[in-house]
Amino acid sequence: MTTMDSPAPVIRRPQQLAPGTVAVVVRLGLIACIAVLLSSLSPTFATTDNLLNILRQASLLFLVASGLTLVIIAGGLDLSIGANLTLCACLSAAAIKATSQPTAGIAVALGCGVLVGLTNGVLINRVKIPPFLATFGMLWVAQGIAYWFMAGQVVYGFSPAFRFFGSGFWLGVPVPIWVMLVTGACGVIFLSRTTIGREVYLMGANEAAAVLSGIPVARRRTLLYMVSGLMAGLAALIYVARLNAAEPGIGEPLLLPAIAAVLVGGTSLFGGSGGLFRTLLGATILTLIVNALNLLNVSATWHPFVTGAIVVLAVLADAAVNRGARR
Amino acid sequence: MTDQIVHAALTAPAAALLRRIPGVTFILVGMIVVFAIGNPRFLSAVNFTNIGLQSSLLLMLALPMTLIILTAGLDLSVGALLGLCGVVIAELLVAGWGLPASVAAAMLVGLVAGAVNGVLVGYLGLPAFVVTLGTMGLCEGLSLVITNGDPIGGFTPALENFYRSTVFAVPTPVLVAALVYGLLSLLLYRTRFGNYVFAIGGNKDALHLAGINANLVHTGVYLLCSLTVALSALLLLGRTNSAHPSVAVGMEFEAIAAVVLGGTSFEKGQGWLFGTVLGVLAISVLRNGLNVLSVEPSLQVVCVGLLLITALLIDRNRKQASQNGA
Repeated sequence: MTTMDSPAPVIRRPQQLAPGTVAVVVRLGLIACIAVLLSSLSPTFATTDNLLNILRQASLLFLVASGLTLVIIAGGLDLSIGANLTLCACLSAAAIKATSQPTAGIAVALGCGVLVGLTNGVLINRVKIPPFLATFGMLWVAQGIAYWFMAGQVVYGFSPAFRFFGSGFWLGVPVPIWVMLVTGACGVIFLSRTTIGREVYLMGANEAAAVLSGIPVARRRTLLYMVSGLMAGLAALIYVARLNAAEPGIGEPLLLPAIAAVLVGGTSLFGGSGGLFRTLLGATILTLIVNALNLLNVSATWHPFVTGAIVVLAVLADAAVNRGARR
Repeated sequence: MTDQIVHAALTAPAAALLRRIPGVTFILVGMIVVFAIGNPRFLSAVNFTNIGLQSSLLLMLALPMTLIILTAGLDLSVGALLGLCGVVIAELLVAGWGLPASVAAAMLVGLVAGAVNGVLVGYLGLPAFVVTLGTMGLCEGLSLVITNGDPIGGFTPALENFYRSTVFAVPTPVLVAALVYGLLSLLLYRTRFGNYVFAIGGNKDALHLAGINANLVHTGVYLLCSLTVALSALLLLGRTNSAHPSVAVGMEFEAIAAVVLGGTSFEKGQGWLFGTVLGVLAISVLRNGLNVLSVEPSLQVVCVGLLLITALLIDRNRKQASQNGA
C-alpha cells in the first residue's frame, strides 16, 4: 500500500454515464438494418412468433453476458461463465431428479453459480492470480467436474412446472424475456443509481483512484464475480428448462458469443464504460446475425468461425473508439 | 546486458539461486517420491519414456508460451491452432499432397494466425487474452468447417513411426522438444531479441524510446509461438494417428499452467525458461500418477488446476517470507 505525504488529490465522484447516446443509436440503427434485410429475405421473419423467438434466444445470451458486463466494466474478465453454466445446469438437473423438487434445483444452480464466482474472487484477491488466468483455470476445473459428475449421462425430462421458466408464456410473452427485462432493469438501476454501481465504473476507469477514495476494491470485485456466477446459474436454470435436458457440453459454446455480445454492445474491454442496456442490444444483434445465417442457409458449422470473427472485429472497433479518448 | 545477467548469475549467492527455483519443484519431488513408493513400476524405463512422450508435445507449446507471457501477454489460441494445423496436414495428406507440402501449408496457417495475434497485440496494443480468444474461435471454427466435425484417419504411417522411434533409447519427440528448448534458450538468453522480449514485459515504452522497433519484436514473439505450434501438429498426429478438430482443445490451459508453475509471472518480464520445463514435468508426472490410479481425464484437469493454485500459494508465501526476512 502506498503511503502519501502530500495532501490527497481531489478525487471526483464518477460523473453521470458517459454520453453513450450515439453508441446506442448506432446499434439500434444496425438492428433496424438487419431486420429490414431479413424481412426482405424471408416473409416469416417479421411475424410476432419469430420476433419473440429471436428475443427469447437473445434473452439467454443476455443473461450469460450481463454478469460479464459488470465484471468487464470494473476492469476484470470472467472466462468461466460458460463452464459455470454447465456445472450449474448439470448439478441442478441432478438435484431436481433426485428430489423431484424444482426449488431444490433452483437453490443448487444459484448456489453453485455464486460459489464458483466466490472462488474466482478469492483466487484473484488472495492468491493474486490475474483475472483472466484465474477464471480461465476455473473454466477447465468447472468443466472437468461437470464431465466427471455426469459420467457420460444426459439428464432429461422435467416437470411442466419447472419447464415453465424456459418455455412458458406470461401475458403472451415467453418467460425468459420477462426474466431478461426484470434482471436487466435491476442491473441498470444498480449501475446508474446506487453508490456501489457508480464505484464499479470508477474501479474500471482508475483502480488506484478507487483504492485511494476508500472503496473496498477487493470486496467489490469478489461481489461482482459472485453476481456473474449468479447470472450464470440463473441462465443455467432457464437453459435446462428450455432444453428439457442437461449435459456437460451445453455451456462452453456460450462463452465466445457472450463476450461478443458485451463488446458488440459497446462496453469497453479497457473498463470504466459501458452498460447493461448496451449488452442487451449486443445480444440482440448477435442473435439476429445467427438468424440471418440460418435464413441464408449457411451451415451451423460456420457459427463458431463467425463468432470468432465478430469478437476480433469488435475488439478492433473498441480499440479504435477508445484510442481517441485515451491518447 | 547479457554479460551482466550472466555475471549476476555467477556471483549470486546460493540463497538467490534457491529463491529462483519455483515452488513447483518441491511438489514435483514430492509427487515423484509418493508415486515411486506407491507404485514400484513408476521408476521403470517404460514409464519414464511415457512421461517423456507426454511432456514433449506440451513442452513444444509451453516453451514459446513462456516468451509470450514474458511480454505480459497470453496466447489462448494455441490449442485450437494445434488442432487446426493437425486437421490441415491430415486433410492434405489424404488428398495426396506430400508430407513437406502439407507441413508447409500448416506452417502457412500458423504464420497467418501468429500474424493476426501479433499485429493486433503488438502494433495495436489490444489485450492479448481477448484477441487470442477470438483467434481461438476462428481456428476452432475453421477446423470444424474443414472436417464437418468428423475425425480424419488413414494417412501415412510415417508420422506414427517417427513418433515411436528412438535415438539411443531416447524417444525422438523428446529430442525434438529438447532441440526446441535449446534453440529458444539461445534466442532468449544469448541474443538481442531475447533481451528485448524481457524488456517488453518490463517497459515496452522505454524500449520504444530507445529506438528499437518494439512492436516488431512483440509481433515476432507471437509468430514464433504459432509457427512452433504448427510444427508440433506433427507430434500430435504421430501420437493420435488421426486428426480431430477438438483433440487439442484445452492444451492451451496446460501450456499456460506449465509456464506459470515454472515461476514466470505476467508482470514485469520476470521468468525462467527452464522453470517451464519443470512445470511441464510436474503436469506430466501428475497426469501419469493419476493415470496409474485410473482417475478420469476430466478430473485430471481439475487436479492440474489445484496443482497450479497450490504452487502459486507456495510461491506467494516464499516471496512474502523473503521480503520480511530482507
